[in-house]
Amino acid sequence: MAELQFREALRDAMTEEMERDDTVFLMGEEVAEYDGAYKVSQGMLDQFGPERIIDTPISESGFTGLGIGAAIMGLRPIIEFMTWNFTFVAFDQIVSNAAKVRYMSGGQARVPIVMRGGNGGAGQLGATHSNSVEAFYSNVPGLKIIAPSNPDDAKGLLKAAIRDDDPVLFLESELMFGLKGEVSDDEDYVLPIGKARIAREGDDVTIVAHSKSYWLAMEAAEELAKQGVEATVIDPRTIRPFDTGAVIDSVKQTNRLVIVDESQPFGGIASEIGFQIQQACFDHLDAPIERVTAKDVPAPYAKNLIEAWMPSVDDTIAAAKRTLYM
Amino acid sequence: MAATTKKTSAPKKKAPAAKAAAAKASAPKAASGKGANGAAGFTPDVPDVRIYRGSGHTHESLGLSADDVLAMYRNMLLQRRFEERAAQMYGRQKIAGFLHLYIGQEAVSTGAVWATRPTDPIITAYRDHGLALARGMSSDSGMAELFGKIDGCSRGKGGSMHFFDVSKHFYGGHGIVGGQIPVGVGMGFASKYKGDGGCAMVFFGDGAINQGAFHEAANLAALYDVPVLIIVENNEYAMGTSVERARGDANLYKQGYPYGMTTAVVDGMDLFEVYGAFRQLADQARGAEDGQTRPFFVEVQTYRYRGHSMSDPQKYRTKEEMESKKGEDPIIRTKMYILEHELATQPDLDQIDEEVKAEVMAAVDFAEQSPLPDVSTMYEDVYVQEDYPFIA
Repeated sequence: MAELQFREALRDAMTEEMERDDTVFLMGEEVAEYDGAYKVSQGMLDQFGPERIIDTPISESGFTGLGIGAAIMGLRPIIEFMTWNFTFVAFDQIVSNAAKVRYMSGGQARVPIVMRGGNGGAGQLGATHSNSVEAFYSNVPGLKIIAPSNPDDAKGLLKAAIRDDDPVLFLESELMFGLKGEVSDDEDYVLPIGKARIAREGDDVTIVAHSKSYWLAMEAAEELAKQGVEATVIDPRTIRPFDTGAVIDSVKQTNRLVIVDESQPFGGIASEIGFQIQQACFDHLDAPIERVTAKDVPAPYAKNLIEAWMPSVDDTIAAAKRTLYM
Repeated sequence: MAATTKKTSAPKKKAPAAKAAAAKASAPKAASGKGANGAAGFTPDVPDVRIYRGSGHTHESLGLSADDVLAMYRNMLLQRRFEERAAQMYGRQKIAGFLHLYIGQEAVSTGAVWATRPTDPIITAYRDHGLALARGMSSDSGMAELFGKIDGCSRGKGGSMHFFDVSKHFYGGHGIVGGQIPVGVGMGFASKYKGDGGCAMVFFGDGAINQGAFHEAANLAALYDVPVLIIVENNEYAMGTSVERARGDANLYKQGYPYGMTTAVVDGMDLFEVYGAFRQLADQARGAEDGQTRPFFVEVQTYRYRGHSMSDPQKYRTKEEMESKKGEDPIIRTKMYILEHELATQPDLDQIDEEVKAEVMAAVDFAEQSPLPDVSTMYEDVYVQEDYPFIA
């Protein structure tokens, strides 16, 4: 096991896949000569040259569509977005083309594309730069969505995404690119898409949390343990398809569920998982399902306001305690 | 394109002609909005524009045999008869949803397809039957798709706006105006990446020029030297809005220049003109002559004889205008050429007409008899992954 930053794990995944498959290329704003806006692609231009590490103008709709066309023709593009916030100008390409071309062609076409970049709040960036897009995009059949929380999962799942024959949206976080963690030394480390990871086991309450929120959940679980509450923490890792079975199995043991989800509350990931679990585990639940989400207003700028807006460890602890009537 | 939801709806008042005239008077002169009745040539006011109009081609000067011309004629006629029958079937409610007819524009599809390689990828907008049939989609699978049957080209999942035949390198059939343009550029990009000598062709209507997707895609095509023809089929109307009513400068041909692309203006009502232009442009785009790939912006000036869709009262244009365009009918012009040059006799052409009619009637029968898709097929073709766990 080597200790790598999240960005290094992503880079290793892309580099390994580009070494083994000539059809894989990386395209996006500042990915080549600038070495990546967040240095994810640092050094890749030197290794692979400008034909495969390709800078773009600021044209998300254009280069997303270009990647989709190239994918239909048999290439495996990796499209980097500086952040997922900027994909709203490419929304039509992702929703109407990447997700639907296969269906509308009766299965004749396939779109093996990966789109990746930072997602969610990343400090005091204001309302336009703080969106969590998983709720928007997971509503669209035809897409797969992955949101890993640590470098090891990031590497194994990005390699899987690049090899996958369906369009995959890969959600990272600006705040996690520097996060360090042990990464498997396996020569070809590929993790399955759609499988949750049980990060911590406890009998009292289940907490489901993905991406950055996973770390809130883990911190909350440690604090709860000091107060005599043992939580199971599940990192779904993939948002679509969601490993609902893993959550059901756990809730049948703990009888209580908290979902931490940085999406906004109405129609968010927590809403959907909460619905599915109440339906599957109605007789097992000893308390209403709780959720911790971003607040139901646009992301504010002021330090105290954005801190109040984001899901927090304290919110998560309080939600868990409510399920235990503590 | 949703006729009921398109933002630029047809004018509600009954005096569009006067409005349009006023708009024309104040707008820059639209050299490219004049269709085939325009002068044989005009002087473009941006550099690097080629005019393909009134070239005086013969089939011999283009290297086409009599059989080639007859095959092209047959194909145009097939598109026409297919759509006439589709319109009839729409009236009988055999076909639902939107149905946008290509009638009048057949020289564009046939000329472009005959001039290029069968493996050059083609992608277009929702007015897609003509290009699909030109590329060799069978009438049977096209008609069955319109009927929403399992034997349709897209297994009844696409409908009129989403014809696909990947085996013929025809990639749709796209319902959002302009959305297919970046995808088409990506197809050309793939050819350059693989070095396979392909030239992609992306077709769209004059309305799509106003979408951001066109401008982003045009810039990327030029920036990356993509072998692609970016083709606006200017049929003069985006639904009910004329080019003059939609653009500050109605000269569409100028839109290649800002991105550094050579532009071609092509008489789209003349089969040989389209053929000659596309053969030259596609070969130069693929770098057949110098090994250098490049994009071209192509304005094909054409005219649609029917409404935008089946529910279009066409109050935005005059009967006189439509009547005046009938003399340019590309099918009639080709027929006259064939007879004048004695490539075939009238009885020969009558026989072709009979064959085409029979093919289309057989397609209707095929579509009628094809089963509806089993409801279980609804969950197929969403993902390549076969065991995707859908929410039940």
